[in-house]
Amino acid sequence: MVEFDRNPDKEWIKQRLIGASICILLMFSLLFLRLMYLQIIKGEDFRLLSEKNAVRLKSIKSSRGLIFDRDKKLLVDNRPSFNLKIVREDAGDVNKIVRKVADLIQTPFQELMDNIAKAGKGAFYKPVTLKNSISRDQLAVIEAHKFDLPGIQIDIEPIRYYIYKKTAAHLLGYLGEINIKELKSGNYPNVKSGDSIGKYGIEKSFQKYLHGKRGGRQIEVDANGRIIKVLRTIEPVPGFDLNLTLDLELQRTAEKMLENRDGAVVAIDPANGDILVMASNPSFDQNDFIGGITTQKWAALISHPGKPMNNKAIQAEYPPASTYKIITSFAALEEKHIDINTTVFCPGFLKYGNRKYRCWKKYGHGNMNISEGLEQSCDVFYYQAGIKTGVDALAQYAMGCGLGAKTGIMLGNERRGLIPTAAWKKRRFNEPWQGGETLSIAIGQGFNLVTPLQMAVFIAAVGNGGTLYRPRIVKSIEASDGKIIKKIDPEIKGGLPASKETLDIVKNALFQVVQGAHGTARGIRLKDVDIAGKTGTAQVFSIKKGEEIKSEELEYSLRDHAWFVCYAPADDPVIAIAVMIEHGEHGSSAAAPVAGALIEQYTKKNKKTDRQAATD
Amino acid sequence: MFDRRLIENFDWGFVLLILMICAAGLTILYSALTAGHDAGVVHILFKKQIIWMGAGFVVMMIALIIDYREFDKLNLFIYALCVGLLISVMFFGQLGGGSRRWLVLGFVRIQPSELMKIALIISLASAYSTSACQAGLNFRKLIKPAILCLIPFFLIVNQPDLGTGLLLLFIAASITLFVKVERKVFFALSGLSLAAIPLVWYLLKDYQKSRILIFLNPDRDPLGSGYHIIQSKIAIGSGMLTGKGFLKGTQNALSFLPEQHTDFIVSVLAEEWGLMGCGLLLTLYFILLFWGLNIAYNCRNMFGSILAFGITSMIFCQIFINIGMVMGLMPVVGVPLPLVSYGGSSVITNMVGFGILLNISMRKFSPN
Repeated sequence: MVEFDRNPDKEWIKQRLIGASICILLMFSLLFLRLMYLQIIKGEDFRLLSEKNAVRLKSIKSSRGLIFDRDKKLLVDNRPSFNLKIVREDAGDVNKIVRKVADLIQTPFQELMDNIAKAGKGAFYKPVTLKNSISRDQLAVIEAHKFDLPGIQIDIEPIRYYIYKKTAAHLLGYLGEINIKELKSGNYPNVKSGDSIGKYGIEKSFQKYLHGKRGGRQIEVDANGRIIKVLRTIEPVPGFDLNLTLDLELQRTAEKMLENRDGAVVAIDPANGDILVMASNPSFDQNDFIGGITTQKWAALISHPGKPMNNKAIQAEYPPASTYKIITSFAALEEKHIDINTTVFCPGFLKYGNRKYRCWKKYGHGNMNISEGLEQSCDVFYYQAGIKTGVDALAQYAMGCGLGAKTGIMLGNERRGLIPTAAWKKRRFNEPWQGGETLSIAIGQGFNLVTPLQMAVFIAAVGNGGTLYRPRIVKSIEASDGKIIKKIDPEIKGGLPASKETLDIVKNALFQVVQGAHGTARGIRLKDVDIAGKTGTAQVFSIKKGEEIKSEELEYSLRDHAWFVCYAPADDPVIAIAVMIEHGEHGSSAAAPVAGALIEQYTKKNKKTDRQAATD
Repeated sequence: MFDRRLIENFDWGFVLLILMICAAGLTILYSALTAGHDAGVVHILFKKQIIWMGAGFVVMMIALIIDYREFDKLNLFIYALCVGLLISVMFFGQLGGGSRRWLVLGFVRIQPSELMKIALIISLASAYSTSACQAGLNFRKLIKPAILCLIPFFLIVNQPDLGTGLLLLFIAASITLFVKVERKVFFALSGLSLAAIPLVWYLLKDYQKSRILIFLNPDRDPLGSGYHIIQSKIAIGSGMLTGKGFLKGTQNALSFLPEQHTDFIVSVLAEEWGLMGCGLLLTLYFILLFWGLNIAYNCRNMFGSILAFGITSMIFCQIFINIGMVMGLMPVVGVPLPLVSYGGSSVITNMVGFGILLNISMRKFSPN
């Protein structure tokens, strides 16, 4: 074997290099032959194709996933929309063609031109929207004249359709065109500019499942831009469907009960945290948002005093009022400041410092133990319990019950509410805690703020024996062929900070609230079902200190908010409800009847399905 | 210290050839840019490319001042430095288009995978210069080159940048075949690579498989690369013999091709200058490559010969893959056309390569 010793053998190198040269020559010849083939042999054909710009891509929109209620009833559908488009390259004289179209469909010329301008200077061979969702009549006119209208095309694209106008609008949410910031964020991988995305509610939080994947076609067109043949197609992949925990009929009943009132209702299945109802009133029509809401409609929505764009179940915060007495009971009993036999005399007020704190019952309740105190909502009893327990211990129990923190529902914009402590006040206002403020806290007034959803989760936990669930709104995500993509299981977030004895004392008292002789909500008693609950009446003027109140609304806006939280049947609940009626004045008269109606309907339906299950 | 013969032996013809290709490249780039961008942007991008070319000539000068035999001594150091840069890209690299390829150092952005090409060629030349023999390399002698090649390959494919990774493998394979392997080694390696294909396929994830299938057959992706290839073929074919004329390309003007100023730039040349223009550019490249092989032949030192061959092979691979891809002969892969495609990293790497060729050429008479 001859080693080179780092000095190459000239002959050998030459031989290797000749080999390499031949390789290069061959490969270059291959490239050149290919060029000859494309440019000389097929050149004529390609020249023709290029002059017509004949091979194009046509995008096919995917249809958004459908949304069903818990019984597989369709809530949100898609329907075809006929969109008028123009390819400027094919139209030739764009002004002339657009003017013709404007006359045919009786739409202002300028409106159409504005739509073209919106598309910018982009590629001239790409279709640009002239008008979305044209009517059947307009469609017929365009079709009849289609040979005089080069460059005009009609695309059939799916658009969203909310079947029940205004129903669960806040929960389901609405769509809007993706903006530049969202496009650049990289959070919307399959979305192109001009596409709609979820902007609120479930449409937003489940956007990535609902959207689907767009398809497209390679097409060959003639000189007028009409399709001669489809070369290749990739079918769009529809978005995934959502199966909600919502009960459509119950939701509709709740919304009917809320009609002409401002407020929110949340109903939960205590066994797993499923949201059966989430209603907020006033509401809005989501169909208005499709293809862009008009400025007038938007202005009307955001200037409406009832704030229709707010989901009051999760975005509005209210003082819990007397419903908070459940928590004060937990704290006082668990910390052993009182027991079941402790009695307090209520003369209608409590003197604390040099101020008189009133009970809602002017002449007093007389002697009260905890059961009677809760049943009759005696403020004096809870002033005493609060003083003994102290603000920080109360806050600790409230937080243990899930208040002052987000419930974790899969919706955006959820508020956390507020549970004050002495340290919080120091931090916030740089002022020490006053003993008298503890009295307000103990009956759910003062700085306390909660959302209706938090109260529903909490009362569901009281009903089910102490388990706090994360509220679940979507049960499963399903592909259009029925394949389950994702199951969302119930999730336990924790347990109430109350022993079984404590819970039993409180539950018995809550039973008496509806079923007892002196109960504050005895008016909603049902024949077949025992209900346990608690009323609340929240003073309004103390909450929104800085807010301006217009004089003509003064009277209404100063009225108290009405609360009712409950579960039924009392011994083994299947439903837990929180009702908040803004300015409804009394929990017992304004809020409790809403809950009563829902319980009646839901337990009836449950019995029916039970019977069905038994016979199956 | 400085040998006057170096200047006497300086290869002016080669520099002239490079200048001609640069001029052709800028002409094509100008029309590619004009079509897809506003006048202001064209101006900025065009000026940038000229600045890159100027910078390229500066690094070319630097690359020819140091005697290339110093690279032989420093080969492992250069190699380790580039691998180090590739590893740091993994952690600190700038994310762009779904992959991490660039390192941002102050106001310059460098692409370590580009530098790696040169470093690999140097270290392979160094390794083979001592191990090459008339009978060809045996397995034992291939272990070191294989390791040298696979480390950067995996780092680059991981970025992910399959195109540059494969380019690296092609360059390494061509150098290895150039220095010759034993016949049985050649067959064994060919057999082994064929056998490895099903195994690798089995290990890939679904999305990776579909990516490779599209890479091999663009028609599987009719809305992406399949569409680009069709448009590119229409653009090239429509140029016919003499082309539509400078700045008159219609496919080009309607910006059917998203990458017309980078990877698909040949389609602009072919549309506007026809077969004649393409033939001219191919001829210039052809002369360039032969010049490189001639430098390898005239070098009296094994390391220099292999190095010169390696650089020439690097240029060749880019030309062949790029033009082959644009004409639908090859999978769609992001390999730029030397001195023509827009982009600084590519210009700099190729200029360093030319600098090394000039370096070897002007020292052909100096003693070993």
